[in-house]
Amino acid sequence: MSETRAIALTVNGRPHRATVETRLTLVDLLREELRLTGTHVGCEHGVCGACTVLVDGEAVRGCLLLAVQADGRHVETVESLAPDLEHLNPLQAEFVRHHGVQCGFCTGGILMSLTAALRDNPRPTEAEVRETLAGHLCRCTGYQGMVDAVLALVAAR
Amino acid sequence: MTTPASRTPEGGYIGAPVPRREDARLLTGRGTFVDDLPMPGVAHAAMVRSPHAHARVGRIDAAAALALDGVLAVVTAADVADIQKPWPARMPSPVPGTAIRHGVRHTLPGDKVRHAGEVVAAVVAESRALAEDARDLLSVEYEVLPVVATAAAGLAPGAPLVYEQLGDNIAAHIVQRVGNPEQAFAAAAHTLRETFRVTRGGSHSMEGRGVVARYDEALDGFTVWDATQAPHAVRAMLAYLFELPEHRVRVIAPPDVGGGLGPKASVYPEEVLVCWLARRLRRPVKWIEDRHEHFVSAAQEREQVHTVEIAFTGEGRLLALRDVFTHDIGMYGALVAPVISACTVPGPYRIPNIHSEFRAVYTNLQPTGAVRGAGRPQGVLVMERMMDRMAETLGLDPAEVRARNLIPADAFPYEVGMWFRDGARLTYDSGNYPELLRRALERADYAQARREQAALRAQGRHRGIGVAICVEGVGLGPFEGAILRLDGRGRVVVTSGAPPQGQGYQTTFAQIAADAVGVRFEDVDVVTGDTGAIPYGTGSFASRVTANAGPAILQAGGALREKILAVGAHLLEAAAADLAIVDGAVRVRGMPDRGVPLAQVARLGNAGVAFGMVMPGGLQVGLEASAYFAPAQAGYSASAHVCILDVDADTGEVTIVRYVVGHDCGNVINPLLVEGQILGGVAHGLSNALYEEAIFDEQGQSLASSFLDYPLPSAREMPRVEMFHLTTPSPLNPLGVKGAGEAGTLPVTAAVAGAVEDALRSFGVRVNRMPLNPARISDLIHEARRPS
Repeated sequence: MSETRAIALTVNGRPHRATVETRLTLVDLLREELRLTGTHVGCEHGVCGACTVLVDGEAVRGCLLLAVQADGRHVETVESLAPDLEHLNPLQAEFVRHHGVQCGFCTGGILMSLTAALRDNPRPTEAEVRETLAGHLCRCTGYQGMVDAVLALVAAR
Repeated sequence: MTTPASRTPEGGYIGAPVPRREDARLLTGRGTFVDDLPMPGVAHAAMVRSPHAHARVGRIDAAAALALDGVLAVVTAADVADIQKPWPARMPSPVPGTAIRHGVRHTLPGDKVRHAGEVVAAVVAESRALAEDARDLLSVEYEVLPVVATAAAGLAPGAPLVYEQLGDNIAAHIVQRVGNPEQAFAAAAHTLRETFRVTRGGSHSMEGRGVVARYDEALDGFTVWDATQAPHAVRAMLAYLFELPEHRVRVIAPPDVGGGLGPKASVYPEEVLVCWLARRLRRPVKWIEDRHEHFVSAAQEREQVHTVEIAFTGEGRLLALRDVFTHDIGMYGALVAPVISACTVPGPYRIPNIHSEFRAVYTNLQPTGAVRGAGRPQGVLVMERMMDRMAETLGLDPAEVRARNLIPADAFPYEVGMWFRDGARLTYDSGNYPELLRRALERADYAQARREQAALRAQGRHRGIGVAICVEGVGLGPFEGAILRLDGRGRVVVTSGAPPQGQGYQTTFAQIAADAVGVRFEDVDVVTGDTGAIPYGTGSFASRVTANAGPAILQAGGALREKILAVGAHLLEAAAADLAIVDGAVRVRGMPDRGVPLAQVARLGNAGVAFGMVMPGGLQVGLEASAYFAPAQAGYSASAHVCILDVDADTGEVTIVRYVVGHDCGNVINPLLVEGQILGGVAHGLSNALYEEAIFDEQGQSLASSFLDYPLPSAREMPRVEMFHLTTPSPLNPLGVKGAGEAGTLPVTAAVAGAVEDALRSFGVRVNRMPLNPARISDLIHEARRPS
């Protein structure tokens, strides 16, 4: 149906090669081909942010980027944040403490946006945290637990 | 995350803010949502949906679609004739002497489609992309029919008929009366009459609907992974349509479901089709709803137009209420929302005379069900708007008018005089509304806020304060069950029917079970939402699970504890009364060195002494206990909200300055999680109050079917919410719990409407329609300014 192209990219530090349809989105490559299912698809039109991953350190919508656009790039997904369930990173641990997760469908994308934002600005104000989170939709939490989690992380620094 | 779970000062887990055990997998990307499940050999379905809201379906030409490489099947109504039985009504009318006139639908419409987005065929292919390519090659002929796009249009003389056999579009006409309202209105010093409109909205759980089905030829049965709120209801529908015994249909809600909020409690044609296709193809078949499909096919709710009148004295005491409304039920639905709306209107107030009447009207819009709140927010809005208008009429403070009419704390159980949605009398089990309101006002520094408002008004600023208080029917039956067992590892396994969609049952159920059995929280595992694991269940909706499953777990846990202690008594040669369960072992009290690990108790209790050898005399075998709990009626939670906001009269923008929530859901199992539920509910309510609106044109076409046209609030729009709890335990169950899942949503539209009208009082603005987006607020100001 659609033409294909060979690409090579690094995902969570591991090199991958794939021959993909040019219409394949990055999030479908991650989920379907690489079985990294922590990144979710919530709207497919770039609003909800559930599919957010980092490409060369920048938070991007996995549903709006084609897999071929990630050729030669470094991609980071939520799976990269902790080696296993017992060793959460400090941001993840604060999300547990402050009940920042309910259904958890949006959470992976939110953590990736926050990860990128905290690298750029390790001491954000509440308004700045809300600005970062404004790229995401969550229908469960009202966001307050997430905001408090980030502020607690910042306060502990 | 290996620190032990927190306990209350008394040493138990019930009531402690135990962090969730669900979180670690969700935070590390290791959750298992339906679309994440590994499913080798799966084929992908795409649905073919009608572009017309009302049309006869003609010839469907699938030749071009089937010719596409990788396309496995195209199915239409004619193909699935073996399961084309009429869908049964979901529930009768809960009000005695009334009925729902059931519009009969089938899995695929054989004759005509009744909403834009209704499935007319399905395409299956090796990938979703291919299935969608093929879908676009399908040609379907339609004969377009006139459309009923609103309840009012459906009631008009000569309206097109959504269901010809009914003769009109009225699904139900239900009247409930208390006292003698006509007499009270005739004699009253004051009466007020208003009309309010609330628009349709959706749930927009971040994960849409989704289902994967596998047919097992050897067993002639299905295994269905379904992102549903009610797996046992899905099983019942599939067993009925496929004429299979229930035990050959296993429906499993995956451990992680990405939000439900109501619509996932309904059964849909897609769930049936995917099973049919899996049987036909002898391959697993998956369908995942995309966001556009959610906008045009998942159940919605809320569209109502109320004409309401109140009668009251010069001192601001309510004498009578008359509420007459229409409810847009869509092309399919139940009476859940309108009956709840009717019963929510009287709220926390003593109203001796009530006339409540509604017509639920079929329209050519997508099906309705429940959306977080389920009819309640509309009822609260109607009553609380009238309380504000009464205060304005009498020149009284809106909080004071409310306080004068509240049901006193010593009046429980309080009978309103109506029938509730659960088929029981609308009887409030417990509460303390005056204290709830008093504390909410105190927390919001209400008197000071009024002084600040006066000062700001003097500077030309538009500060408004809204107060809303409500009563919420929760914890609806019929029942939920629990099976508890001690497994071979010495761990307690809790199995219950209703699946979570973010509520945290793996945590709260484990808290209850740990206290009931007397083991550590860490020694409890929880399994939910699997019809193969527990034969009967109802589902997660109506803020009902803690009040139904909780007592079942408590009761089964107590029975399991007795069985464990009896086996322990045999092993320890001690009396059961002298035993305790401590740190994973049964021990003799006061003798710390005499004990047996629970795993050893399990070995004797579940496997016996040895293969084929008799049990010691009298010992009961099988360390398992089950219980089903059926509450006599719904419980009634209560909320009081205070909203302080500023309106920019030039732009119509609302800025929330403070938002205070007082909440009473009876005893709390986990305060951390209850607060999370309330916060999420408030966000949903603010979204209904200020942003989201499902707009349809006269042809029944959705004009807001993406998040660009249908905005949901982000963290930037959400204010910080301040919260406190009041606790009036429910007498209806041994845990004293009520329900909290929807509570936050209920009074928000009312509080915001009151605050915006208050802020714009100098313009004389009347807020009678939601949502209050900037455009609508600007329109209100312009209309009020226009010389009449």
